[in-house]
Formats: sequence, C-alpha cells, structure tokens
Amino acid sequence: MIEISHVNKWYSPTFQVLTDCTTSVTKGEVVVVCGPSGSGKSTLIKCVNALEPFQSGDISVDGTKVNDPKTNLPKLRSRVGMVFQHFELFPHLKIIDNLCLAQEKVLGRAHDKSVAKGMQLLERVGLKEQAQKFPAQLSGGQQQRVAIARALAMDPIVMLFDEPTSALDPEMVSEVLDVMVDLAREGMTMMVVTHEMGFARKVANRVIFMDRGEIVEDAPKDDFFGKPRSDRAQKFLSKILSH
Amino acid sequence: MLANFDFDVIRRALPYLFYEGMTFTLTLTALAALGGLVFGTALALMRLSGLKTLGRIAGIYVDFMRSLPLVLVIFWFYFLVPYIGQWLTGASRPISVGAFASSLITFIMFEAAYFSEIMRAGIQSISRGQPAAASALGLTYAQTMRYVVLPQAFRNMLPVLITQTIVLFQDTSLVYVLSITDFLGAASKVAQRDGRLVEMYLFAAVVYFTISCIASFGVRRLQSRIAIIR
Repeated sequence: MIEISHVNKWYSPTFQVLTDCTTSVTKGEVVVVCGPSGSGKSTLIKCVNALEPFQSGDISVDGTKVNDPKTNLPKLRSRVGMVFQHFELFPHLKIIDNLCLAQEKVLGRAHDKSVAKGMQLLERVGLKEQAQKFPAQLSGGQQQRVAIARALAMDPIVMLFDEPTSALDPEMVSEVLDVMVDLAREGMTMMVVTHEMGFARKVANRVIFMDRGEIVEDAPKDDFFGKPRSDRAQKFLSKILSH
Repeated sequence: MLANFDFDVIRRALPYLFYEGMTFTLTLTALAALGGLVFGTALALMRLSGLKTLGRIAGIYVDFMRSLPLVLVIFWFYFLVPYIGQWLTGASRPISVGAFASSLITFIMFEAAYFSEIMRAGIQSISRGQPAAASALGLTYAQTMRYVVLPQAFRNMLPVLITQTIVLFQDTSLVYVLSITDFLGAASKVAQRDGRLVEMYLFAAVVYFTISCIASFGVRRLQSRIAIIR
C-alpha cells in the first residue's frame, strides 16, 4: 500500500532530517512509528501524502508515485486520510460542514449524501449531537474524533496519524485511542506516529523506531517490545515505559 | 455669532446634497471598496504565492501606490487613462473616460494596495496547519484558499477592512479635483453659489463625522457577531 524507499530530505545543505528511510506498509497493516522528538517521524509521515517535499528517494501509495511531478496530488491525497496533532478542524465551519466540505468539493458528492455520510460517521465516533456546533465548542478529544471522522468521510484507502493524542489532556487520550483501535480492528491500513505504546501493543503489526532521521529499527511488534536490537531503541523504551 | 447663520440654506440644499452628492459618494465608496478588496486579495495571494517574480511585481505595485499622494494619483489618472486606453486599443484618438469611471478605477487601484496588506496579514494569521489539513483532504490550492483560508482571513480582518473603508469614504471627497459632484463637491457648489461657506462646510463636516462615527460603532458590534468562535 505504502512503499517508502531510500528517502532523503534536507532542510538545508547541512541539515538532513531524513536519511535513507526505507519501509513499507501493506494493506490492512497497522504500523506504529515512534522515536524521540526531532527524530523525523512526523516529517516522514508527511512525506507520504506529499505535504512535505523530499529531495531523493521514492514513495508510492497504492502504486501511485507521490514524488512524480505528473501525479495529481489532490486526487491522491483525497484517498489518503490524515489526522493531525492539532486537529486542524476548520474553525469557521460547523462540525457537519467540516465533514461535508471535501466530500462535496473534491469527490463531488451531493449535499444530502455528504450530510448522511457525515452524520453516520459522527454517530460512529459518538458525536452525533455536536453536528451543529463549531469546533471551538468541543473538547480536544471530541475535536480529534471529529477530525478522524472527517478523514474517514473521504473513504480513504489508508489513514495517516501524526501524533493524534500528543496535544490532548490525559483524560481525553483514551476516547481517541478507542476510535483508532476500532478502526484498526476493522482492517484499516494505518500508519501512526505516536508515543502511545499501549496502543502499539494492542493493535500494531509492526513498530518502526526512528532516531536522528534514520529508521533504526523496523520489527514486528512482539520482537520490538520483547528485545529491541538497537541500544537507542532500548534506551528510548526504558525511558517511556519506566513509569 | 450663530445669529448670522442661515440654516435654511442647508434645508433647501438637502435634496441636492443627498440625492446627488451622497449617492455618488456612497456608490463610489462601495464599488471602490469591493473592487479594492478583490484586487487587493489577488495582490496578497501573489505576494504569498512563493513565486518570486509574481511576489515582486505585487510588492513593487503596493509600495509604488503607497508612496504617492492620493490626490496626485486621481489627478494624473484622469488625464492618463484616455491615453492608456488609446495605446491599449490602438485607437486613433484618446478614449473618453468619464470622471466617474476614472475616479472609480483610481480608487480601486489605490485601495487595492492597502487592502492587499490587510489581507496579507489576515492570511498570515492563519496557522499553517489549516491549509495543510485542506490539502490533505484533497482540496486544490484554489479550493483551499476559497473555502478554508480566505473566509477565515476575511473574518479575522473584517474590523480593519471596514475601518479602511471608512477612511476610503472620507477620501472619496478628494474627487473634487476632477470637479465631480460628490457630497463635499455638492456642498461646496451650494456654498459658493449662495455665499454660505461656513454653514455648508460645517454641515458637510457634521455629516461626514456622523456617518463615520456610526460606521465605527457598527464595526464593534459586528466584530462580536461575525468573529469565529475560538
């Protein structure tokens, strides 16, 4: 589904953020990307739908090359759902309109069909009653669930999550993770940048550990949590699992 | 002192002042503000497009317009537009452009420079995550601007845009250099004809003051109603 091969990215000639990153996500797989802050994991996931450009290497999604200038990026992105750390709901639109905008403008769906789809997804994330409110009237956890619903409304073939719970108050983390766990169990292909190791343990197939722009470890979940091969991954795990 | 005032002059001139003068002033203000906003937004988008040439052209235009006195631009434009029209269309003689059309084009071009800076600030006030989220949903650049960025930028900047429009409303009085009968022009004509300069100019001042004041007050009311809930 997602093929990342030998991706390099520099912010300036002397500052390399991604070094020779190669990995893949197959259909139905849930891959968790973790690592210390500044390790390039968010940058890598943003390269997948070309929100961040990269200088060399290749990324393809469902057979379509992301870094090909001839690729119709809006069309590709409409099939790749993305959830951001800071939700990024459109504050000037009601919740239901947040869900309908891209359905109507990108997919060309009729308004009543978009609304029906939107309401169905809001019900799924438990926020049907909030449809007529504005984003700022919702809690962080609710906003993030709306953001997930908004991405799902496009019927994506894969979902990217960029630290979806990092900006949330602790008591709201689980309501978002629950939605993600359900999604994973339904067979959605997911690439998730997160520090939530509980989530990784529960649903991930593979865990990728990044440090200083490199993929240091790319292993099945049980291998990763059982006996990480690299020192850096061991150190990282001991730091975040110690309490 | 007030004993010498002839308020009846004002009463008799009212229909002329408002039907002719104020109608012109308000029409010019509204059209210039609308045109300036559209053109100014285009300039702002050019400057923020990331394309160097396009950004520089817009930048030079804005700096140029902002470093000239408005009266001079109005005056020059009135005499130049016919010749520019002739040059553009290849006609044998200067195109005749009415005083209204000429002043409207001038104000649109002049105000665009100011509106573009306001819209630029408005667009920059929106976090980069917003266009990123819109792109991630598959919206094109134009759709992202149209449905996500500009509506927010416009709402954030509405108070400043209206304040600038109030300034524009006052500035339209400068069309007197083209002998156009705007509100001030009408007042001035009556003043000269009847020799009642003090009354007419005082009345004109009161009218401009009242309208601008009410508009400023309206801005504050509107601000709380239209603001995006955050």
